[in-house]
Amino acid sequence: MKLLVCPLNGPRNVDEFQYLGPLRDMPDPNAFTDAEWARYLFRAENRPGTMLEWWRHRPSNYVFVAERHTVTDRVLRTFDSAELEVRR
Amino acid sequence: MVFRLLKYGLSRDYPVTGDLPATPALQRSYDMVIIGAGGHGLACAHYLSKYHGIRNVAVVEKGWLAGGNTARNTTTIRSNYITPEGIAFYKEGVALYETMSQELDFNVMFSQRGQLTLAHTEATLRSFHLRAETGRHMGIGIEVVDQKGVEALCPHLNMDYGGALEVLGGLWHPDGGTARHDAVAWGYAAQAARRGVEIHQRTEVTGIEVTRGRVQAVVTNRGRIAAGQVMIACGGMNYDMALKAGVELPIRCYPLQAMVTQPVKPWLHTLVSSVSLHTYLVQSSRGEVVIGGGSDPYQLYSTRSTLDMKEHLAEGAVHLFPFLRNLRLLRQWAGITDMTPDYSPIMGESPVTGLWLDCGWGTWGFKATPVAGKRMAECIATGQVPNLLKPFALDRFERFALLNEMGATAASH
Repeated sequence: MKLLVCPLNGPRNVDEFQYLGPLRDMPDPNAFTDAEWARYLFRAENRPGTMLEWWRHRPSNYVFVAERHTVTDRVLRTFDSAELEVRR
Repeated sequence: MVFRLLKYGLSRDYPVTGDLPATPALQRSYDMVIIGAGGHGLACAHYLSKYHGIRNVAVVEKGWLAGGNTARNTTTIRSNYITPEGIAFYKEGVALYETMSQELDFNVMFSQRGQLTLAHTEATLRSFHLRAETGRHMGIGIEVVDQKGVEALCPHLNMDYGGALEVLGGLWHPDGGTARHDAVAWGYAAQAARRGVEIHQRTEVTGIEVTRGRVQAVVTNRGRIAAGQVMIACGGMNYDMALKAGVELPIRCYPLQAMVTQPVKPWLHTLVSSVSLHTYLVQSSRGEVVIGGGSDPYQLYSTRSTLDMKEHLAEGAVHLFPFLRNLRLLRQWAGITDMTPDYSPIMGESPVTGLWLDCGWGTWGFKATPVAGKRMAECIATGQVPNLLKPFALDRFERFALLNEMGATAASH
C-alpha cells in the first residue's frame, strides 16, 4: 500500500498519514467495572481480516475511518467519521 | 582422507543419525501439547523432559521447525532493560546462554561481545543513567560511557561531531551478545527428541477444546489430540491461537523488518544500536551485517517487506557506518511481532485451567528463549508460577500493574 485515499484530500502517499488504531466502543463512563475499563484500554481488535480503524492525514489534521484487510493490506474503503454516526 | 570418505560413503553400517527424527504418527493423547515449534516451545519441551520427567509431550508446528520468528529475529541477547522485574528475568536469560552450548551439547555460537547503545540527545543520555543505575542495582554489567569511551569501543563509528546526530555518549552493556538462532532451536529440539518428545511439523492447530473452564484437547489438521496441559507459544499467531480457546490477549500484531548485507571480514566487534535512528547492527559469525529493526506503522499479518522501511534501515546503518554504502544487501525479511501494551511478555496462567501462555514476545523474544522455556517448564510441572514470572501474568493489565519496557530497544515502535 503506497497510496491511501483520504476522504478530504483524495489519494495521498501513505507517509502523510498517521495510524491511530482500530475503532473500539468505549464503555459507559458512568457505569463500568475495572475489568471492563482495562479491556477498553488494553485489548484492541487484532483478528486477521477486515478491520475498521482510525487514520489521520497529518498535514490537514483530518481524522477519518478506513476499512482495511490486515492480511492482504488492501484498503477496502475510507470514509468520514460522520458516517459512523449515521450507521449507528 | 579420500579413501576414508569412500569407505564411509559406501558402507551400509556407518551410523548416520540425524539430530531430529522425522515427524512421527500422531497419537490420540499426550500429557502436554506445546503449540509452536520455535525456540520457546522447544526450550520448554527440553526443560520439561530433562528436569521434570515429563516426556509424553507433543510439540505441534504449522510450518517447519523454527521457521517463524526464531528464524526472523536479529539475535540480540542482553538484559539492559528498564524495570527491575524485566532485568531480573532477562539476566537469567543471558546466564543460561552462557552455558547453553554445554547444556545442549550443541554449539550455539554464543558470542558475548557486548552491546553499545548510542545517545544522540541529552534526553537519551539521561535515560541511560537511569537504566545504568537500575541495572547495576540488579547486578548486571552496565555503564554509561562518554564520547571517548564510545570511540574506544567502536572505532569505526561515525561520531558526527558537530552534526545533527552527534554521538554524545553510550550505554555499554558488556553482558550483551549474539548466538546462532537456528542452532538454539535445533539444540533444544535434538535434546527434547532424544528424551522422547515428539515434534510434529506441518501440523496446524485449528481449534482448542475447552469444557467447563478446562482445556481438553487441541484439534489439528491431522486429527484431535487430547491433552491435560497445553502451552501457546506460536509467536505472531498467539492472539489468534488464544482466541480459539476463548482467551482474548492484549496483543496487536505488527511486522518487524530486517535485512543482512553480503558477508565481509570481521570488523564490528560489538552490537551497536541507536534509539534515535531506530537502527541496530550486529555482524554475524558468517560476516554478514544484520540490520534491524523497523516496525511497520500499522497492524498487519503480512510478512512482506516494504521499500520505505528498508530505506529507513539502510539510512540509519549508513549514517552510523558510512563505508557500509558500498555493501550490497543479501537478504531481507519481516516477521510478525505480537506486541503488548507495555512491551513486556505475557507468561503463566490463562483464564482456562491447563492452558498456559508464553506470549507477547513482540520484538524481544529470542534473548528470552532459554529462560522462558526453563521457567514455563517449572510452572507447568509444578503448577506454581515461579516468582520470576509472576510480574508477567496476564491479569497485570486488569490490575493496572504494567511493566513498561518501551524505549528499552532501538526497534522502531
